[in-house]
Amino acid sequence: MTIFYFVAFLSIFFALMTIFTKNPVHSVLYLVITFFTFTVHYILLNAQFLAVVNFIVYMGAIMVLFLFVLMLLNLNKESEPMKSNLVKFMGVIAGMCLLVTFLGAFRVIEVNNEMVTAHEDIGLVKNLGKVLFSDFLLPFELSSILLLTAMVGAVLLAKKETRVKQHG
Amino acid sequence: MGNLLENMQGIPLNHYLIFCSIIFVIGVIGVLIRRNVIIIMMSIELMLNSVNLLLAAFSAYRGDPSGQVFVFFIMALAAAEVAVGLAIIIMVYRNTKSVDIESLTKLRW
Repeated sequence: MTIFYFVAFLSIFFALMTIFTKNPVHSVLYLVITFFTFTVHYILLNAQFLAVVNFIVYMGAIMVLFLFVLMLLNLNKESEPMKSNLVKFMGVIAGMCLLVTFLGAFRVIEVNNEMVTAHEDIGLVKNLGKVLFSDFLLPFELSSILLLTAMVGAVLLAKKETRVKQHG
Repeated sequence: MGNLLENMQGIPLNHYLIFCSIIFVIGVIGVLIRRNVIIIMMSIELMLNSVNLLLAAFSAYRGDPSGQVFVFFIMALAAAEVAVGLAIIIMVYRNTKSVDIESLTKLRW
């Protein structure tokens, strides 16, 4: 029980470090740690498949993409554009207002305060695979098309534009 | 693993709601106060992740695996979004030589 609160504190701390650090590379590294704490949360919920996917996709693929782009563009602390302190202050105030709105909404809807019990087997690969390939077969296939489209789009966008000389 | 599961038994759903909304708000603040486009995209990832965790918590609470399948689809979508978004950022950087979001004001008119 106390593990949850400790990991939650770590997640919030590293998420704050992510958005308040000046150096973009440090920011990405803090985001990796935040995602790792999310993986621990998934394990605590007994969602083992999601924990593995979060570990591989987020901490592996997406973070490598971010780091790669940061290093490709050669960004560092000196080239980092920062907003003025007034805008920062107003942004934090606006975020706090949003949080207060959320908390007020949660008070009104009165979630019954039952405990989240980790079910034995719903998060396991076997069970999720059965659901994924029976009830959600069409969305699964559509997501493969989505990934293909994203790949083609990314290559087309990032390719260096060459002026085609029309001969003749 | 069994020890972890026993530790798990005592967390109210309310605390998951509050924790995930705090992470979501941190993402919103990150979008508001930073000017670097890449860090704004990282804040968006933070928001997506908080919603994912809340979906998984609700799924465990209801005993329904559909929520976790939905999280899986959101992860596939996030991977596609990051790939296209970073390609756009590279293209913008090639044209404007900056990752400042204020350099994208050409689209305003």
